[in-house]
Amino acid sequence: MSMRTLPLVFINLAGEMLYILDQRLRAHNTSEDNSEKVMNDIVGTMFSKAFMDELLKPQQLYSHRTMKTVLTRLAHASIMRLNPASMDRLYELMVMAFKYQVFLCLRPKDLLLISYNHMDTIREFVKDTPMAVNQVDETHRKIIEAYSSLSEGELQLLRQTLLTFFQDMHVRVSLFLKDQIQNPNGRFALTTSGPVPHGTDVPGLIRIFDCRGREVRRREFPSGGSYTSSIREGSFELHGNRVIRLGMNMYTVDHPEETHTSRAPSVKVITYGSPNPLAKEELNLLARLMGSMKAENKPKDESGFRINLFNTDKEEAEAWVFFFSILIPCCYININFLIKDEQAASELARIAGQFEEEEEEEKPEKPSNNKGEELLAMMDDL
Amino acid sequence: MYHKEKSIQIKNSASALYNNLSVLRIAPRRLTHFTVVHANMVNMVSASWDGLNYTHRQLQSKEPNVATSTSLIMQAAFCVLPSRDLLVVTSQKGIQMYESDGSIMVYWHALDTPETPTAQAVFARGIAAVYENYICVGVSSGAILVFDVPSKGSNITLSEVLEEHKESITDMASECSGSQECIANLVTADDGGNLCVWKSGEEFQLLNKIPGFDMSCSSVKLWKGTAVAGYGTGQIRLYEAVTGILHAEINAHARWIYSVDIAPFSGLLLSAAEDSLVRVWHMTITPETNSVEVAHLHNECVTDTQICGARFCDGDGYAFAVTGYDLSEIIRYIQS
Repeated sequence: MSMRTLPLVFINLAGEMLYILDQRLRAHNTSEDNSEKVMNDIVGTMFSKAFMDELLKPQQLYSHRTMKTVLTRLAHASIMRLNPASMDRLYELMVMAFKYQVFLCLRPKDLLLISYNHMDTIREFVKDTPMAVNQVDETHRKIIEAYSSLSEGELQLLRQTLLTFFQDMHVRVSLFLKDQIQNPNGRFALTTSGPVPHGTDVPGLIRIFDCRGREVRRREFPSGGSYTSSIREGSFELHGNRVIRLGMNMYTVDHPEETHTSRAPSVKVITYGSPNPLAKEELNLLARLMGSMKAENKPKDESGFRINLFNTDKEEAEAWVFFFSILIPCCYININFLIKDEQAASELARIAGQFEEEEEEEKPEKPSNNKGEELLAMMDDL
Repeated sequence: MYHKEKSIQIKNSASALYNNLSVLRIAPRRLTHFTVVHANMVNMVSASWDGLNYTHRQLQSKEPNVATSTSLIMQAAFCVLPSRDLLVVTSQKGIQMYESDGSIMVYWHALDTPETPTAQAVFARGIAAVYENYICVGVSSGAILVFDVPSKGSNITLSEVLEEHKESITDMASECSGSQECIANLVTADDGGNLCVWKSGEEFQLLNKIPGFDMSCSSVKLWKGTAVAGYGTGQIRLYEAVTGILHAEINAHARWIYSVDIAPFSGLLLSAAEDSLVRVWHMTITPETNSVEVAHLHNECVTDTQICGARFCDGDGYAFAVTGYDLSEIIRYIQS
């Protein structure tokens, strides 16, 4: 399948992550300084040249496990700390939002407009930090360069690769359920109405031609839907009106319950590819990606603050168990593999250990620390 | 005209791939095989005609006797030749051929994959059985591999590589199982919407090239010398294969077409797309007078589903089956 999915996956997933974090930070009246710092740190890491160059290399799309690990590391590039269960829920939310966008986009080329919508909003978040804006612009230029020349067929292959990545995920998101873009069974609503994609004609016409190419007959048929002509095309430039709304920020400050997710009974998280050799390549990718992120992002004077996005009373897990919590229960093969392959296990443990250390350091020991208290108070009710 | 029948449950959901359903009707045993691709495996269901027995089988794409990781499958299709039926599975790594019940792999062909991944994806896609004993498979580079298939056994050989297409092959189709003389018996389609028309033989002969409009042709069929092609724009076009004359153009769907199929005995045409609709048409083609007529007969909507496979279950078009992305069932319809 497509070898060019990674940059778009990260930009869109990280974009969704930033939308959610922005909403949570504002909903709990976090100080401007702290909010800005969180955004700047994440965006700075995300759009760093080294990281982007690594992503832009042609490669397979790896598993959810790798994605979640790198996105966690990305979130931790800021002064914020997410516990594993929060990260799980955040990841589900990000992926379902992106799945919705990919599933519903009218044509494959719109994937680029969706990505540009994310980048436009990210640019807004960091607009007061010129260096961050430059990084976003630079990345945007690289994306334009890398993807503009792809044909619709190649972009559809990319989209099909993404759809395979999202396959069988039907996590219900309260915002989607409320807006009726998702059904109670977790599937997205697909209407047979609305504008047709750019380049497509409204269905309903049969034209017959003679040997000389002249139309000799035309007939209409019932399309079974109520389609309208396509709307104007969005801009694929660095700046411009993207026209489509997919990829724009869906979250507002007034509805904290929007980030509520729940699983349909039979849902499962996916891994694909057999565990053995794929995990090794994934570990290499992980190591390269993390290496290209800024190593030192520990808070200097301010203590880091812990953010609970979702109710996690029941789900307190030990820091490094989160690796295994990502693996689905039925994938016992993965767990066995990790134990058998000592090198892989120790490598994972080393990476996990980094998280463990950071998590422990950031445990708020002094309740009297104002910042810690204020930010700890960001408990979300489920 | 058609009504919905009992669906067949499959072990995994269907992946979003073009032409993601293949059907093989085995009259002597009164059963029908269905194959649906899910990521790196093929779900095969054999359904008895009395509706009482369903047997499931899963095939993975990998080299025989090698425990390396499986790769993503692009397509699985039954190939019906005069002497035997085979199931061909194409993936990122190569091409596998099985006996039609999926029991034994009889052939493996590895694709040339570069050491370090290139931006251009590598995979095989597009499968057709061609008279008299060939199986043709397309590759992402645009090349078409022609395999010579003996009437039995595993001594399948690569007989020719056709290099005419410049873009990834999407689908291909043949007609003329030897019962009538045909000028052209294979049409191949690519991501740019270009169609190539061939005559099979020890050396395949290119008869015509029909240019596309930079819009992918995702599914193609050949019937009575007419190439019926479904495109990403949702259009269906009927071309006279050998001359390239456009006979009919249908603004058929509001989204990318994923599958077209023809019931050769009745001239029924089936089209399915990401817009969740399946449509049934009737074609009247009279090669002698060069006249073509297309009439729309029926619509079915599979709610909230982007359809990825649709096939008639028999040569008359009495029944058809449909698969959709993320759906773990094969939906069936029969004529009322």
